[in-house]
Amino acid sequence: MNIVVVIKQVPDLVEELELNDTGTDLDREWLKFKVNEFDDHALEAALLIKDAQGANVTVVALDNGLDIDKALYAAAAKGADRVVKVTGDFEGYVSSHAAAKALGAVIPSLGADLVLTGVQAVDDRDGQLAVLLAHQLGMAHVTVVTDINVSGSAATVHKEYGGGMIGEFNVQFPAVLGIQAAAETPRYVPVAKVRRAMKDTNIDEISADAAGVDAGTEVQKMYKPETGSGAEMLSGSAEDIASRIVEIIRGKGV
Amino acid sequence: MVYVIVEHIKGQIEDITFEMLGKAKTMGSGVTAVLLGDGVDTLTGQLGAADAVLLCQDPNLANFNPEAFCKTLASILNGKNDDIIMVGNTSMGMEIGPGLSAALGMPLISYVTDLSDTSVTSALYGGKMSVQSGVSGGYIASVMAGSFSADDGNISGSPGVETVSAPDLSNTKVRFTRLIEPEGGDVDITQHDVLVSVGRGIQNEDNLEVVQELADKLSAALSCSRPIVDNKWLSKSRQVGKSGLKVKPKVYIAVGISGAPEHIEGMKDAECIIAINTDENAPIFDYAHYGTTEDLFDVVPAICERL
Repeated sequence: MNIVVVIKQVPDLVEELELNDTGTDLDREWLKFKVNEFDDHALEAALLIKDAQGANVTVVALDNGLDIDKALYAAAAKGADRVVKVTGDFEGYVSSHAAAKALGAVIPSLGADLVLTGVQAVDDRDGQLAVLLAHQLGMAHVTVVTDINVSGSAATVHKEYGGGMIGEFNVQFPAVLGIQAAAETPRYVPVAKVRRAMKDTNIDEISADAAGVDAGTEVQKMYKPETGSGAEMLSGSAEDIASRIVEIIRGKGV
Repeated sequence: MVYVIVEHIKGQIEDITFEMLGKAKTMGSGVTAVLLGDGVDTLTGQLGAADAVLLCQDPNLANFNPEAFCKTLASILNGKNDDIIMVGNTSMGMEIGPGLSAALGMPLISYVTDLSDTSVTSALYGGKMSVQSGVSGGYIASVMAGSFSADDGNISGSPGVETVSAPDLSNTKVRFTRLIEPEGGDVDITQHDVLVSVGRGIQNEDNLEVVQELADKLSAALSCSRPIVDNKWLSKSRQVGKSGLKVKPKVYIAVGISGAPEHIEGMKDAECIIAINTDENAPIFDYAHYGTTEDLFDVVPAICERL
């Protein structure tokens, strides 16, 4: 079977986020990016299927002008059979609707039985990609998936609800699944292996465009949320702070 | 008109529905609740905050099914492109929102914390940025749980019910097979007065003993945020947040938790929240009563020494 995994990069939230001059987007010049963590889980879920029963795994990303090559090489080092960069006008922020349109034009040529991508990303203002992509591809969809059990041309999947409740579904291929978590922690790949992949792997380029498709609404302004009253920040040495925290806890009658 | 998609599971209407109904009522253009299911007509009495209910019952809608629900809603709401549709930014809503946006060609805005006829506010980048989107005409809002008061929309009454029929749902490619109840864990974190809750900042599984010691000294339970469960370091029964449990302890000590909206949803009503996180911009500090940016590996052992 053929599995296509869609990955993208998102700003690393560990870094301080700054606004651009017009206050409508992040200042992207100095931002540090990383692969969306849920996309990492989607790749892991695909590789687990490959490990268990054999599958051809293709990883696809839009060429956003950032370090997407490195992410694709890392995917190859982890075990992806093919890595594809979708070239076009994708620099800066790409809406989920536009991404779905562009990927929807490319993925049919890859012959996917199953398309996996992260359940969400920190920047998908116009909705999460998985279901939008499913519509572009005319495929079935289930998102917030935590478990996939493939059997022939269908899979039994677990979809997570609130409070730990799970809905189990049977899904006929071809289908798009939005992955919340793989059954295993995404595998680690040593730098040396990524370096080797950079030498041995060829990144295929396929062009696509999403002209005329946008999020449907415009950002008027982006701002750091006004903090409510906020926390009283404790100061002093770690020891002083520890003493104060103990006082606070004891003050609650605990 | 504002259409609110009713979310229910096991015969219970979820709070997110009441939160959306309460907000929709204040928007002044009329509220229609859209209720899909089978044998759910008795639920309409709880939808008194709505002016009307569109009720669609079909055996294939007895349990949530992404394909059957999207198909049915696209058929019911076809032609409502000038109206506002509210759906929860929940597991079910994350199928319905994008599904309707694609099927009806309506704009969709996610992670919504506030909305009106002219603008919509979303919490993006893990709650570190608010984004205001301009809207004119109809749109779909995927609303974050906890953004509005459920009490304002949880009103019994007898709104007018219009029954609509479902499209043909006999051949869906997605079939519901069963609902799996959460496994009982070794602890019930909702029953503890004190929770020591650990997040990504703990770095690795071995470091958990640092917070476990604190929990032991306080006779507290150890709970956690999502990444800890995804890494299988702690069991699902200890997860606080959107897909985990909602907790209201007397004291909630958040250790190395940044406070993504999905986590905040599960713990913001704790009586006293103490946050330990080296990132001074972490959203958790907006919800905590006390905070420190000292390294958890310095502060937590120091607290243990004093207990």
